[in-house]
Amino acid sequence: MESFKELMKDGRFKFAFIVICVLALMSILSFFSPYNPLKWNVVPRDLPPRWPHILGTTSQGQDLFWQSTFAIRNSLIIALIASSISRVIAVIVGLIAGYKGGKVDTILMSINDSFVVMPLLPILILIASVMRENLTMVTLGLILSLFGWAWDARVIRSQILSLREREFTYTAILSGTRTFSLVIKEYFPFIIPIIFSTVINNMIWAIGMEVTLAILGLTNIEVPTIGTMIHWAVNYQSMLLGYWWWILTPVVISILLFVALYLLSSSLSEYLDPRTRIQRIGKAGQ
Amino acid sequence: MLFFKRYLLPRIVQFLVVVFVGITIVFIVPRLTPVDPVQQVINRITAQGAFLDPAAVDSMRKSLTELYGLEGSMLQQYFAFWGRLFRGDFGPSLFQFPIPVTQLIMTSLPWTAGLLISTTLISWIVGNLLGGLAGYFKDRRWAKVLDNISMVIRPIPYYIFALLLLILFAYLFPIFPSAGGYSVGRRIGFNWAFISDVLKHSFLPATSLVVLGIAANFMTMKLIVSNIVAEDYVMYAKAGGLKESKIAFKYVLKNGLLPQITGLALSLGQIFGGALITEIVFSYPGIGTLVYGAINSGDYNLIMGVTSLSVIGIAGATLIIDLLYPLFDPRIRHR
Repeated sequence: MESFKELMKDGRFKFAFIVICVLALMSILSFFSPYNPLKWNVVPRDLPPRWPHILGTTSQGQDLFWQSTFAIRNSLIIALIASSISRVIAVIVGLIAGYKGGKVDTILMSINDSFVVMPLLPILILIASVMRENLTMVTLGLILSLFGWAWDARVIRSQILSLREREFTYTAILSGTRTFSLVIKEYFPFIIPIIFSTVINNMIWAIGMEVTLAILGLTNIEVPTIGTMIHWAVNYQSMLLGYWWWILTPVVISILLFVALYLLSSSLSEYLDPRTRIQRIGKAGQ
Repeated sequence: MLFFKRYLLPRIVQFLVVVFVGITIVFIVPRLTPVDPVQQVINRITAQGAFLDPAAVDSMRKSLTELYGLEGSMLQQYFAFWGRLFRGDFGPSLFQFPIPVTQLIMTSLPWTAGLLISTTLISWIVGNLLGGLAGYFKDRRWAKVLDNISMVIRPIPYYIFALLLLILFAYLFPIFPSAGGYSVGRRIGFNWAFISDVLKHSFLPATSLVVLGIAANFMTMKLIVSNIVAEDYVMYAKAGGLKESKIAFKYVLKNGLLPQITGLALSLGQIFGGALITEIVFSYPGIGTLVYGAINSGDYNLIMGVTSLSVIGIAGATLIIDLLYPLFDPRIRHR
């Protein structure tokens, strides 16, 4: 609670936290939606924002407000699946490479670097264009997690490398602690902050990829996500026809979401960084 | 020789690993999915209303199987795949039959390369310069303003940002053309009219890539520099009464640029993906638009070709940056 108060003093964190809360509230509201998000023509078409359709309606006869509650929820679910599974992969790879060192480290890191360097978008396009209709939300999350771990595995590895050289590692090994419990008990407290600060960045990446693939028409475009909402709006030429509310709703939501997540992660990692923490304590003392 | 063994060899091996992993993924992915690509193509053709008698379907299935390299055991297919890759043969495009995929890619490549190289260079130079100065003079007003602007721009994905520019400058304030690489009907030639037309068409796609690139470089460079400023040698230079501008440019910026060169090499793949998406938004006639067309027409061969070539291209570009790096960093040269 103390650290939350501390964080709320940061304007960036405050803004991000409020925006995320509003968006989370919207995604919860989707459970109370009066309309089925998969059905068309449930409301009059092409209405500009006016009560009771506060964000207007689409040419498919869907209410934009309720549609976007589903979109936010689904996009967040995809991002959470992708980022949580990729965290597991990153931790395992980073731990093994950092702890074992030597040949294992060299091999794992060269595979790791390949995933960092490789142009992922064309590969994801290839995968998605092969899967097409079979690409559900869960499979999309899984595929994204298989490609989104490399960068953070490297961060975790370098943390483990520095931990391994510390005094307490030798004390633990010499007093007969087994590797597994050493890693879980002694190393994890150091890794958890890294996991938290990278998870948000990974979510940003995953949502961005989902949006990209959906716009290209490569995901299941029946399911409302932020990406598929933009896909339909662009496909129906909403810009040319002057239905600005249709294209603007998902665009504004996505920008709010991306900026809020980014500010959240940068203020969090600044908060967790010992160097800036010293500065902050120094400032408080003055 | 030691330099070769310690520095060059690992880089070259890494290049080969990237190509190996990437191409293997490209090979495995279509074979792992339950969808049979041959059947998919046949379905698509029959769905378009063409009537095919069973014999024709059979011969088509046979030729498609051969075309996709789906004959023989998995291992045989894998080696055949590499063999075709070395010959630069990705088969004919399925949609624009029988133009070879390689030829289609080669016509689009100059557009993408031109856009990508120029925007990456501009955004790298400008972003690092601004970021370095803002990191050094971080209490100045302009530094804070720039920081806030790039903090908001940085996380916006390429597609959304390009779309915003398109809405603003092609629809609301129609200053720039909304699509294409040059005006319809204009002859391609090396003259001012054509070049200015191309520049005008590429302005919006280039702007969206440059602005996002500057924001990204700005943020990382500012962080790097604000750490360098706290180093002892900078303190010493300040205490020694060196001119502020000399410290900033000669000691701080120069050192900050080194990790940014590596950073550029590592993020090339991402930048490339962003360029593809931006091209699609503006219907710019490069690889991105080619891929978009291939997705819509189900031209599976073309997507495979683009993916394989972009893996090799990006890995190659990364290798080049890595090989040039010792030119900038004397510590590596004189080890």
